[in-house]
Parts: sequence; structure tokens; C-alpha cells
Amino acid sequence: MFMEYDPAMFSRMLTGLTLGFHIIFATIGVGVPLMIALAEWMGIRKNDEHYRLLARRWARGFVVTVAVGVVTGTAIGLQLNLLWPNFMQLAGQTISLPLFMEVFAFFFEAIFLGIYLYTWDRFKSKLRHFLLVIPVVIGASFSAFFITTVNAFMNAPQGFELVDGVITDINPIAAMFNPATPTKTAHVIITCYLTSAFVLGMIGAFKMLKGDRHVYHKKALRLTMTAAFIFSIGTVIIGDFSGKYLAEYQPEKLAAAEWHFETEDAAPLVVGGFLSDDEEVNYALEIPYALSILAHGDPNSEVIGLDQFAEEDTAPLFVHYLFDGMVFIGMYLAFVSMLYLLFSWKKKNWMHHKLLLWGVVAGGPLSILAIEFGWVFAEIGRQPWILYDIMRTPEGATTSEHVDAMLYLFIGLYALLGISSSIVLRKMFKDNPAAQEMEQRGIDERGNKS
Amino acid sequence: MSYEILGISVLWFFLYGYLIVASVDFGAGFFHFYNKISHQDYQVNKLIQRYLSPVWEVTNVFLVFFFVGIIGFFPDTAYYYGTALLIPGSISIVLIAIRGSYYAFNTYGSKDSKIYSFLYGMSGLLIPASFTIVLTISEGGYLDVSDGNVTLLLGELLTSTYSWSVVVLAIVSVLFISAAFLTYYAYKAGDDASYTLFRRYTLWWAFPTILASILIFFSISRHNPEHFSNMVDMSWMFILSLLFFLGAVYLIYSKKQLGLAFVLVMLQFFSAWFGYGASHLPYLLYPHLTVNDGFVNETMAIALILAFIAGLLLLIPSLVFLMRLFLFDADYVRGKR
Repeated sequence: MFMEYDPAMFSRMLTGLTLGFHIIFATIGVGVPLMIALAEWMGIRKNDEHYRLLARRWARGFVVTVAVGVVTGTAIGLQLNLLWPNFMQLAGQTISLPLFMEVFAFFFEAIFLGIYLYTWDRFKSKLRHFLLVIPVVIGASFSAFFITTVNAFMNAPQGFELVDGVITDINPIAAMFNPATPTKTAHVIITCYLTSAFVLGMIGAFKMLKGDRHVYHKKALRLTMTAAFIFSIGTVIIGDFSGKYLAEYQPEKLAAAEWHFETEDAAPLVVGGFLSDDEEVNYALEIPYALSILAHGDPNSEVIGLDQFAEEDTAPLFVHYLFDGMVFIGMYLAFVSMLYLLFSWKKKNWMHHKLLLWGVVAGGPLSILAIEFGWVFAEIGRQPWILYDIMRTPEGATTSEHVDAMLYLFIGLYALLGISSSIVLRKMFKDNPAAQEMEQRGIDERGNKS
Repeated sequence: MSYEILGISVLWFFLYGYLIVASVDFGAGFFHFYNKISHQDYQVNKLIQRYLSPVWEVTNVFLVFFFVGIIGFFPDTAYYYGTALLIPGSISIVLIAIRGSYYAFNTYGSKDSKIYSFLYGMSGLLIPASFTIVLTISEGGYLDVSDGNVTLLLGELLTSTYSWSVVVLAIVSVLFISAAFLTYYAYKAGDDASYTLFRRYTLWWAFPTILASILIFFSISRHNPEHFSNMVDMSWMFILSLLFFLGAVYLIYSKKQLGLAFVLVMLQFFSAWFGYGASHLPYLLYPHLTVNDGFVNETMAIALILAFIAGLLLLIPSLVFLMRLFLFDADYVRGKR
């Protein structure tokens, strides 16, 4: 394919590549500490070494993902300056406060993670070691919060005035706590938790499918699925609020996601379907009133459609597929974790049924896919703006040559890191299976230590 | 003190922090690899790992702190440096990514691999070299700014004596700082074999370090006479640096007060670093950008400074806790925990 060199286009591709790769590790980095904390807390409360071992083994795998998360996070931090210097010049004046605070939150997390990993057997009281994971959880979630406020700002910029290209009346707090902040940060953080619960649940379920029916894995599954169910309910509720935010502040983003062309009352929700060349929706399921409910919580309310906007101000319509994919996977995760809980409550001999276990295993990669869909939707859905209604994406980009060469360089780098980290993680747990470690540590079937 | 000077001093201080901790880290990674291929005492590498394992992430944050801070305090740097540094900046990112990941893969993965050790040992040595490009460019003469476009003059950069002398200084200082620290650490661990080895490394790299520093003076006087004359005005800081250096080498040579010796090494770089920085002012980039015209609005500056103070109140106790557990805990250092 022949493509004329356009630095803005290549900058978008390279940023998308880095973020798409980084977000996998960042999501795990935010969510897994909470799961580790839950497991260790269960271990102390129930005096059950299985849970403590779970925390220990999760933490060991976690470090490898954190390493990749840290370096790709550094990469995106630097790349923003290299690829979007004009945007960063403006962002530096207006939204650098949370960027700065994110570094502090991460710093805090990094210090305590180092301590946590190397002090498992150092304190007499188990509780003291548990306390060390709390700053890691707080640091991880707060760094997600701060960095997401920057993304929220890109969607709903406020806290400054732009008069003839000069920025005045700057209010860093207003910029940080913009209208998009509550729903966006809540959505990002809770889905990090949800995804991490499913990724860890996947490991337990997979082991059981492979024939290892040790109670250790059953406990892992129970913990992760219970947590996943709670987080998925939270995700649905926050998702609903996000819809209301979009309807109010970025109606064209919602309209593009929902293929809502004409402004109307009592708007139906278009689910799935395909778009023909003349923008005709085929094979879609239409749920009456549902879009009005999503947008305003009222089945008869008016929802603004794409007809109110010039075409050059709206996002490409394929974002609908991303949006629906994300929502569908979210529903699936809620369903699978609910099924597990129902069975464990009413139908105990079904709770480790092969099909359900496969369902959990599939939830791992699917939840990561949903994260990717969600972020690509969030970013493409904001187009053509890099800063909504203020700066168009190409205006923010570098004018540098060779962005294309850098794109190829980074494709190589991420391929290398992706492959290496998978190999390392696989080997790490294969060479030291849970059963073997329990034997070494003298942990018996009931989680007691001899 | 004006906000501009306060801002740049804080950032410069963090970059100094990075210079020290990253040098220890990068040098240790290189020695780890070197000892592995030359089949030297296995003990040495265990010592290196014991130091590095809990702190490597912290090192990286110092760097992120700096570049996030400089965009915050001096947004115009994003425009000039961001545009010009696409290629060298990307190369640095790749090196940092390789260094950080392969360090973790090697340390936490199930077995110590020679390839992984090579990757993180060598990339660690190249990172400081690639970063120095920023300092080099800041001297002016390597950028073309016209029609609102900033381009890096790669040819000028690659053929300049000044830029190469900075690269040499970066690499030898990394090895010198790291060896001086590990001498002290090995001594505290009571590990005689490692101690002897690192003491030899420190003395070995001491002379090239000072030679490279003199080379810098010489080449900067030719490349940027204005900056050089400012440096001469502040020559007391560089003389102080030299005295610290001589003190450190003397102590290590005579096997006395190794902790103090490392402190002197830190002071040596502190005075040279701030001497260089202070004489560079008011320019962030000769001759296009000064701290005054590139400064962020005052509201944001105050917000950033407040956030910075709050952050320090959180971080300093945490860092002290980390160091007490791993750096100043005799049992941990000796490998008994």
C-alpha cells in the first residue's frame, strides 16, 4: 500500500501502538495489586497459607508485567513530547499538574512494591507484611486516576481561556476535575480491577482444566470470580453514567458510537449490525427507547444525532463496532462470574464444570480485548480533536520527518518485549508449579503450614 | 529566588539524583555482565543483584519525574526539544525499555540468562550516552530553527568533538560512580573478593573520568565560548569538584572510610553538575530558549510547586524506609535476609 508521508498520521499510529501495548500491562498493573492484597488478607483472616501463597505467586508474576508496564509507560511519556510537541506545549500550561502527580503516585507505588516483594518472611507479624501492599494498591490506583484525568481533559477541556492563541485564566484544579473526570476515571479503574480478576481467574481455571484439581486453584477461582462479579456490576453502573456524560458533553461521540443519525425523541439503541456503503444500517437489533434511557435516563427524551454536526467534526462510524464489542464483553464477564456464584451457591457440582471453566478462561483474553476496544473507541471517538473543540489532531503533531521509521522500530521493540515476557512468565510458573511450591513450603491440603 | 530559578533548580536536582542512582544501576548491570563472561567470582554477581533488586524501579522514576517536570515548568521545551529529538529520543526509549525489561526477565525469570544479561548490561551503558545528546544540543549549534520548524542537524552532531567528549564522559563516569558505590557496598557486606575487585575497578576508572572532564572544558571553550566564560567565572565549583574527587580516590586507595569516599564522589558530581547547570543559565537552549521566556504561567507554577512539596513529604519517609530495609540493614546487605 502506498501512503504519502504524513507525520500526523504516523504519529497517531505510533502513539496508538505504544498505548495499545502499554495499556495491557498498565491495566494489570493497576488491578493486580488489589487482587494480591485481597488474597493476602484472606490468608491472614482465615489463617490459610493457600491464600498467602496465591498472593506470593501472583506478586512474582506481577513484577514481570510491572517491568514492561514501567518501561512502556516511560516510552509513552517521552513519546507524547516527541510526537505531539505542539499539543504538549499547550498541555504543559494547562494540565501538567496531574501528570506531575501521577509520577509521585507511581514513585510511591514503586518504592513499596520493592519493599513488599523482598520482605515476605522478614517480619514476625504477617499483618505487617500485608500493610506494605496497601501503599502499592493506593499508588497504582491513584496513578491511574491522575493520568486518566489528563485523558478526561482532552475530552472536556476547561480551566483556561484561549484568546487569540494566548492562554489565560488558568485554573489547574478545574482543568483536572473537568466534567469527564468522574465517569472516565471510575470506568478506567474499575475495569482494571475487573480485567485483572479475570486474568488471574483464567490461570486457576486453566490449571483445573488441565487436570490439576488442587483446592489451591479452587480457592483462587472463588476469590477471583467473586471479585470479578462485584467489579462487573460496578462497571455496568459506571458505564451507564458514562453514557449520560457523553450525551451531555460530547453528543457526537455517543451518536457515532450508537449510529444515531437523526435527532429524535424516544431513541432506540442500535445493537450490532453492519453499515452499507450508503450509511444504511443492516442486520442490527434495535432496542426501543434504550438509547434515550442510556443518554438521559428517560425513555422519551431527545437524543442529539449526527445530523447536528458537520461531517468533518465527527468520528469515523466504525467506532460502533468497538463500542459494541466492549459492551458485549462486559456483559459476558458479568454473566460468567454470576453463573459461577450461582452454581457455588445452589448447584455445587456444576461450579467446576468444564464449560464454565472454559468460559472463565476465555474471559481472560476477552477482558483485555475489551480494554483495547474501549481505549481505541475513546481515542478514535474523540477525533478529529486532540483537545476537544480546541485543537485538531494534526495541529498537535510533530512536523518531524522519519516518524514512519520510528513506527517500524517500535513495532520491533514491542514484538520483542511481548514475546520475551510471555516466555519468561510461562517458564516461571512451569518450572515451579504451585503443588511443588506447597510441598517445599510445607503447606498441606487444608492450607496449614507444618 | 524567582519561580523560574526555583523550578529549574528542583528539576536539575532530580536529574542529579537520577545521575547518581542510575549510574550505580547501569554500571552494576555492566559489571554483572562483564563478570559473567569473564567467569569471575559468582559471589560478586550475587552481591550486585542483592543491591539492584529492590531499587531498580525507583531509579526509573527519577527520570520520568524530570521530563514530566520540565514540560510542566517549561512547556516551550516540548516544542523545541520534542521536535528535534525524535530519533535520538526514540533510541533512548528503546534502550530504556530493553534495559528495564530484560533486567526483570533475568532477575525474576527462572534462570539467569547470558543473553538477557548482555542486553541489559550493554543497554545500560548506552542509555547515558544517548541521553547526553540532550545536553549537547542545549549548547546550541545543532538545531536549525526556521519557518516555525525545528530540525536536528545530525551531521553536525555526529562530527562534533564536543558531543563525543560528552559521550565519553558519560560512560566513564557511570563506571566510576558505580564502582565506587559497589566498593563500599561489598565492604559493608563483608565480601572480600568483591571488595577487592570493585576497589580495583574504581581506581582503574578514576583517571579516565578526570581526563574526560578536562576534555569537556577544552571542547566547550571552542564550541560555546559564552558558556565557557560563564564556567570560568564559576571555576570555584569545578575546583571544589576536583578536590572531592582527589579526596575520594585517596580514601579508596588507602582503604579508609569507604562510605565517606562514596559521599565525596557524590559531592564531586554534585558540584560539577550544578556548576555546569548554573553557568548554563539563563539558557535552556542556546540561543533560542531561556528559563524566563519558556516559563509556565504563574498559577500552574505555584500548583506544581505545592504538589512537589506535598509529594516530597510523602516520598522522603518512604525512601528512608526503603534504604533502611535494604541499604543500611547489615543483615540484608550480607545476604542473611
